[in-house]
Amino acid sequence: MKIALRVNSQDVEAEVEPRLLLVHFLRERLRLTGTHIGCDTSQCGACTVHLDGRAVKSCSLLAVQADGCAITTIEGLAADGVLHPLQAAFHEHHALQCGFCTPGMVMAAHELLGRTPMPDEAQIRAALEGNRCRCTGYQNIVDAIRAACERAGGCT
Amino acid sequence: MIPSAFNYVAPRSLEEALACLGRCEPGTAALLAGGMSLVPALKLRFARPATLVDIGRIAALRGIEANAGGIHIGALVTHAELLGAPQLADRPVFAETARVIADPQVRNRGTLGGSLAYAHPAADWPAVFLALGGEAELFGPRGARAVAAEDFFTGIFGTAIGADEILTGVRFAHVPVNAGSAYSKMRQQASGMALVGVAAQLVLDAAGAIRAASVGVTGVNAVPFRARSLEARLQGSASDPAALSAACALGITEADPLGDRHASADYRLHLLGVHAGRALARALARARGSAGDGADYND
Ligand SMILES: Cc1cc2nc3c(=O)[nH]c(=O)nc-3n(C[C@H](O)[C@H](O)[C@H](O)COP(=O)(O)OP(=O)(O)OC[C@H]3O[C@@H](n4cnc5c(N)ncnc54)[C@H](O)[C@@H]3O)c2cc1C
Ligand code: FES
Ligand code: FES
Repeated sequence: MKIALRVNSQDVEAEVEPRLLLVHFLRERLRLTGTHIGCDTSQCGACTVHLDGRAVKSCSLLAVQADGCAITTIEGLAADGVLHPLQAAFHEHHALQCGFCTPGMVMAAHELLGRTPMPDEAQIRAALEGNRCRCTGYQNIVDAIRAACERAGGCT
Repeated sequence: MIPSAFNYVAPRSLEEALACLGRCEPGTAALLAGGMSLVPALKLRFARPATLVDIGRIAALRGIEANAGGIHIGALVTHAELLGAPQLADRPVFAETARVIADPQVRNRGTLGGSLAYAHPAADWPAVFLALGGEAELFGPRGARAVAAEDFFTGIFGTAIGADEILTGVRFAHVPVNAGSAYSKMRQQASGMALVGVAAQLVLDAAGAIRAASVGVTGVNAVPFRARSLEARLQGSASDPAALSAACALGITEADPLGDRHASADYRLHLLGVHAGRALARALARARGSAGDGADYND
């Protein structure tokens, strides 16, 4: 089946099998391997991307469901080689160790800040409920997200 | 994990969707809404439909509308939309329930219609649907029909939706005067689904006594149910927290709890009393016009 969508602000057309998962389409067809597959069972959030501005788990969507939609992956955040403020804050606050969960964490946090520019700690933690990290213990991730919104003039 | 192959169609209207279903051999097609239950099932090959009819692009299934009879919620309205819908501001039980379903990403995709149609025995919406006495709106080759919440769940993962029908939405009557409702849930630690979930609605009379109570329970039996024994005990009783606890302590005779590795049957029964008490207490506070959004409950 033919699909047409926008991925990181670029038009993409492709012929796909209906059973192809969105995450496989992104990673294997478009070679956007920043989106990770952790659990493959909708639990861990490593595969989080934005579909029309909303965070979704791309391991639990079919590529055909994204036909006509706009997708943003972690590769779409940095502009001209300059890290997005969230990415920079993750870097500065040591919010990653192995880094496997990081793209999903950043995409989940990005949706939160779009909706709630001044989240408190409880709201940040609630927004990460669908994302697992097996390394950091989360504290530095929360700190990084707070720092990113403080720098943007948000955060209480 | 890769699903087995299927044909995919994405109709834009209900009529077109019914026609797609009609062209399939009975039992070989599956409807796809948000996909948060179905896509994982496809990946595990628990479900192997020959055709997937994606109803996710049918505009008529979206939206929340207040009308003369009450409120209509389209089948495709997502958990996330129910969390913040201004049309539901006077029914805080919706946000309170949506908030404890899954996680933000799943709430962005999963739908009210999909949750009711899937009828997972530990899903949250069925309890609310029962307690508020909603009606399911079905559309099929023989036209539209409505099924009351209490007749909707017919068995484990079973509903009154015919194989050739689509759940188009649910409707709820206007909020009665002096009424309040609430949802209280104990999460199963691994899945986040309800170990026990209780939704309650209380309507008070002018003197402040309980005129009507309705209680919907999920996670306990194989099929979600109305706790009629508790409702009967509450009707006409004084509406103070002590009376509510006393009524809960006498038990819910309809409960026939499942025991599994997450909770024994006895523990579920215990939790049922606790959460029925909490849901009723919060429903009472709301019926009296106090106590707000329950943000610090349900964890
Ligand atoms: C990680 C995770 C955590 C979750 N946690 C919870 C939780 O805490 N509480 C909870 O209640 N649920 C939970 N869920 C389930 C979630 O709520 C699903 O979104 C919901 O059960 C199904 O809705 P859907 O729109 O995704 O339906 P789909 O997955 O698309 O469909 C589910 C089933 O319903 C049928 N169907 C869908 N729409 C219709 C319709 N309009 N008419 C007729 N049939 C239809 C489909 O054919 C399919 O059989 C969780 C899911 C995940 C992945
Ligand atoms: S890989 Fe998608 S949620 Fe874990
Ligand atoms: S940094 Fe390793 S899983 Fe999060």
